[in-house]
Amino acid sequence: MTLIVRSIGPACTIQDQGRSGYLDQGLSRSGAADTLALHEGAALLRQSPELAALEMAGMGGEFEATQNMRIALTGARMQASIDGSPVVWNASHHLDAGQRLAIGAALQGNYGYLHLGGGIDSEVFLGSRSAHLTARIGRSVQQGDRLSCSPDAGDAGLKLTPAERFSGGVLRVVPSFQTPLFDDATLDRFSHTSFYRGARANRMGMHVDSDGDGFAASGQLNILSEVITPGDIQMTGTGDPFILLPECQTTGGYPRIATVLPCDMSRAAQTPAGGAIRFEFVSMDQANELHKAFLSDLARLPAKVEALVRDPHDIPDLLSYQLIGGVISATD
Amino acid sequence: MARHFQFPLVRTVGFDGALVTFADTMSETANRAALAFRSEVDRLQWVEVTESSASLGSAFVRFDTQRVSHQQMLRKLEDLVGQKDWYTTPLPTGRRLWRVPTVYGTDLAPQLDDAAAAAGLTPEDAIRRLGQSRVRVLTIGFAPGQPYLGPLAPEFNIPRLQNLTPMVPEGALVLAISQFVLFSGPTPTGWRHVGQTNFRCFRPDVTETFPLRPGDELLFEPATREELEHIRANNNDGAGGATCEEITQ
Repeated sequence: MTLIVRSIGPACTIQDQGRSGYLDQGLSRSGAADTLALHEGAALLRQSPELAALEMAGMGGEFEATQNMRIALTGARMQASIDGSPVVWNASHHLDAGQRLAIGAALQGNYGYLHLGGGIDSEVFLGSRSAHLTARIGRSVQQGDRLSCSPDAGDAGLKLTPAERFSGGVLRVVPSFQTPLFDDATLDRFSHTSFYRGARANRMGMHVDSDGDGFAASGQLNILSEVITPGDIQMTGTGDPFILLPECQTTGGYPRIATVLPCDMSRAAQTPAGGAIRFEFVSMDQANELHKAFLSDLARLPAKVEALVRDPHDIPDLLSYQLIGGVISATD
Repeated sequence: MARHFQFPLVRTVGFDGALVTFADTMSETANRAALAFRSEVDRLQWVEVTESSASLGSAFVRFDTQRVSHQQMLRKLEDLVGQKDWYTTPLPTGRRLWRVPTVYGTDLAPQLDDAAAAAGLTPEDAIRRLGQSRVRVLTIGFAPGQPYLGPLAPEFNIPRLQNLTPMVPEGALVLAISQFVLFSGPTPTGWRHVGQTNFRCFRPDVTETFPLRPGDELLFEPATREELEHIRANNNDGAGGATCEEITQ
């Protein structure tokens, strides 16, 4: 089964959970910027969260089904329609042969996801289908591409209320091994500063700006390059924080003040430009509790899926429906 | 900030990592120790370890926090640290020497003059010294297949730049803190761009995807712009005109 790409935004790539095991060769994990969205899409289609989906940064595209198939839409909410009729985001839908799915610009958040029933079946490189454009693995999806998926059958017309994560907020962080390079006054100021997401952001990292001074570490231009992990908050030479995302470098010399917890990384990646961000230090014990809760939330997602009730506003030929017949008078 | 750390030092990295650090400044022995320790972790195949790597002076493991607590992981690493003197471990065998044609300076590598000045040298002297410096792959990181190389002589212990250069191309040879990095792809950097090669460190389209290994040695031999252009036109294998020989001693 394939979906023909009739038009596409400039930053759409195939993503799964990424590839691990190549850190020693300098290759970072990549994978979806919003991994929670991968789990939501999987729950909506009753399939594995390991399957690949189309990640659409900022802007979607137009797609034509060659056969009857199922789709789900998750992550940053985007305007979406099938053959001109609006369809609900955070839901799964049937897409029949010849039908066109149009996905517009993100209304809130950054990364929207298009999931196909059976998962996108693209080439696997070093154990993953994830494009890693910084490493020049894979490429962005282009007009005329065909997204194929494995044979699939199952239900659609399901919806899910997503975890709120599209307008910034508090990101929980733990200290990391370079945190002591920052003095107490700097750390205190860091955890009391109101930040906002800057304009510079991609799948490597996102700039977090504030109106005050930068956050420099002592001797920070001469620090030995050291391992980096996604979620690290790296200070550039001028003390500007960047939250590092799935295509980040594997090592680097700019010091990291703290690391955002995995459970808050989807919220970080989905924070729109200008969105307010604060950082809250938690202890490793608290981090463990938060992580356990996150994992059990992920495991419970399939049970939270419910039937999609069509909104009458979304039915274009409403007037042709027989809306009165069958209604029983209350006085009968 | 005071640094009274006792090395080796075992610490957590983010939420699900741990780091064994053998030194916080670049040293030959700490680099050997990091490589050897990481090899040993790899060999042991601990079920809770999902991934490991070595950086310049540290070995890193990522682990499954649902299988083992942070404290248990740190203790396990401390026990392994105590089992031998990692600093005296020999370099791995099967190392190779690569000679890589390099254009220093010109508009291809516009920060050579700046780097020479920071090192207190004339550009000509800097090129002569750098072109004769036989450097070792200390670690591979930052980007796929990309080596950190050193050590360079102490005069090249120059700091990174305050501001990033927006983009240097693949094959760029950059310099800071007595090390080179040979970039495996176009990237912004805070290191000074002193040389340009056509050597591809990451070759996803061929069998040997990652040509360099930690411990390999490289010589960046001065070449002219014409030579480099000729190499560029005939670079199907990605070697950039580099030759490679076994190190036998």
